[in-house]
Amino acid sequence: MTSRTITVPRSLAAIAVTTSLALTACSAPGSDPAAESNASSSADVSTELTDEDVTLDLYLETGFPIVEELSKEFTKQHPNITFDIRSDQFATLTENAPRVMAGDNAPDLIRLPTISDSAADGLLLDLDPYAEAFGWDSFPASQLEQMRVDDDGTRGSGALYALGVGYSVTGVYYNKAIAEQVGIDGPPATVEELEADMATAKAAGQLPIQQFNDIGGAAFPFQALLNQYADPSEVSDWIFQKDGATIDTPAAVEAATDLADWADKGYFADDVNSVDYTTMVGRFSKGDGLFMFDGDWESANLDKTMGEDVGFFLMPPAEAGGTPVAMGAPNTYVVPAKSEHPDEIAYFLNWIHTDETARQIVVEDSGAAPGGPSSLPVPEVPAGSLTEQTLNAAATIGESGVLVDFVANATSGVYANGIRPELQSLLDGRISPEEAVAGIQSQYESDLSS
Amino acid sequence: MTQAVDPAVRSSEERAAVDARPRRTARRRSSSGRSWWHLVYVAPALATYAFFVIRPLVTSVQYSFYDWNGIGPATWVGLDNYRRILTDSGQLSIVAHAFELMLFFTVVPVALGLVAAALMHGLPRGSFSTVARTVLFIPQVIPLVAAGIVWDWVYSSDGIANQLLSAIGLGGITRPWLADFSTALPAVGLIGSWVMLGLCTLLLLTGITRIDPSLYEAARIDGASRLGEFRHVTLPGLRREIGVCLTVTMIAALASFDIIYISTQGGPGRSTMVPGVEIYRLAFTQREIGQASAMAVILMVVVLATVVPIQRYTQRSDA
Repeated sequence: MTSRTITVPRSLAAIAVTTSLALTACSAPGSDPAAESNASSSADVSTELTDEDVTLDLYLETGFPIVEELSKEFTKQHPNITFDIRSDQFATLTENAPRVMAGDNAPDLIRLPTISDSAADGLLLDLDPYAEAFGWDSFPASQLEQMRVDDDGTRGSGALYALGVGYSVTGVYYNKAIAEQVGIDGPPATVEELEADMATAKAAGQLPIQQFNDIGGAAFPFQALLNQYADPSEVSDWIFQKDGATIDTPAAVEAATDLADWADKGYFADDVNSVDYTTMVGRFSKGDGLFMFDGDWESANLDKTMGEDVGFFLMPPAEAGGTPVAMGAPNTYVVPAKSEHPDEIAYFLNWIHTDETARQIVVEDSGAAPGGPSSLPVPEVPAGSLTEQTLNAAATIGESGVLVDFVANATSGVYANGIRPELQSLLDGRISPEEAVAGIQSQYESDLSS
Repeated sequence: MTQAVDPAVRSSEERAAVDARPRRTARRRSSSGRSWWHLVYVAPALATYAFFVIRPLVTSVQYSFYDWNGIGPATWVGLDNYRRILTDSGQLSIVAHAFELMLFFTVVPVALGLVAAALMHGLPRGSFSTVARTVLFIPQVIPLVAAGIVWDWVYSSDGIANQLLSAIGLGGITRPWLADFSTALPAVGLIGSWVMLGLCTLLLLTGITRIDPSLYEAARIDGASRLGEFRHVTLPGLRREIGVCLTVTMIAALASFDIIYISTQGGPGRSTMVPGVEIYRLAFTQREIGQASAMAVILMVVVLATVVPIQRYTQRSDA
């Protein structure tokens, strides 16, 4: 009886499978990028804002309302332009973005941290014609170079595919109350002094470093060290996927060795590998931890929760008086090639970089530098505030230092599948510094080869 | 009371079976175009099934032969994606983790479920047995994502697990369970045991009530102990239910995703990485649609190879 009742559905299933096979027709999936043209030339771009009513679609990151704030101000100044905003968590956003941009209802502006793959797939609008028309080429070159992508997918030169809303820099937050209590009188001037401060804190029963590493946050101190030990341009080459670039270098091994040494001495929390970002900030602001490696985006928040008790400094160089090198990146926003209102969105981006109120909003809401032409003054912030310290740090880097992008941005998989597992294993003492660095490089190569 | 209800259910089942038989043979004789009518009735459901289940299955198999990032042009690579997974010790250890999880998702809940069901079966129906059932079944009702978050707290270094250990003098072994390479996988596995135990207990308990009470009576008259009763009456009588439990829990172990994605994301290192999370990661963060599809096809084959023999053995009609 059982076999008889099964016969019919089986033959039906067979029909269904065959039909589906016929439907998918066995042609190769995917599109041919050559068939889609996304070239715009300076002839057909406009720097005048339209008088017509236009609604711009934005796809943003949950928890970072800065562009939403800016859009409100923009509508106030230009009532014919309104905004339709959708937000997602960072991970969801980055996972969805390529498909959303490839779809028919592509938004006009998307928050997108890694741009080279999407640029190679022809999903992004080349902003160079606008750069020429609006005069963005007068911005400091270092501001835009991370957002240029070559035809072969190499970053650092080529066409401009994104602009920043806030140009972030990372460094070290420190708890002034703890520092004073254990007898540390100011920010360290060298890596050695930083390590000495950690030893002092540890000896006094304080946790030296509060860091998240559930998804690989140890990359912050790792790159902070790497930037001091390596030639920063080599690190940039690696991140920008230049031919033959490698992170498997003596300098990277030295940085990893320091990190392993810190872990071994108990400078990190014992559950560092399960601490997430929110927990890290929460614990640090409650006074658990002398140092925290993080970016300027947290300064407004820490100003509120810790007040006088918190300070910020750039990662000190290896040798006293060396050039300051910081990890940092613009918070990149891209215009999909399929956007229906490229002129309006480019005008909006230009306004963010040049309008006085807009620049004020960027600084107050994100704690990051507003970018734009160096001739414009940086907006005023309360004297002595943490945001003032992060802005000063960004200015130091801009004037006399070097800014290196996040190693995590090198390829789309290197953070989740290389840096995260390797640094977690390293902090746990399961692998040697050499193995950790080689492991990251091997993931990087496997990403590039595919 | 359960015993009184049971025979009635059985007899009505038998009646239904008796009723069905002549009708079926009668219809079989009546017309030759019968199967086409079946098709018409089944068509809407079949179309939906074909579109939402068969079609993605077929496209996954198709994608697994390509190198494709989901957007740009795809390149035919033949069996390269499979070769890469089957020769990479890292990828194979991911599949091995799924089998390790089976210990916690399958062996523990089915074993404990049998014990719990046998014990609860003997209890008179009352508030205690209702409470026990509810408590055991609650994990099935809670969304796994919420469960993952709560267990994340339980296992954290100042979480309840460690507080309890310290309270009973075991402060020495406290640790952040999910952050420790050697304990993360068992810790995640225990969440699975907790989720699956209720389901197994309930299924087995229902199965026990279906066993003819006269068998227990006979065993008792023959002087069997409670253990003897369990071995010779309960266990054989529950073969089908145990089969269902094994099937469901093994699939849950091999295809586990939500608990791990929420609690550890496969970390620390790669110590809790399982095929489900790896497929997701390959497809959506790495954008290797071809490799993700190949992994998915391999997972499907592994699941079938594990589950089909169990089905064959436990669902035989000579039970």
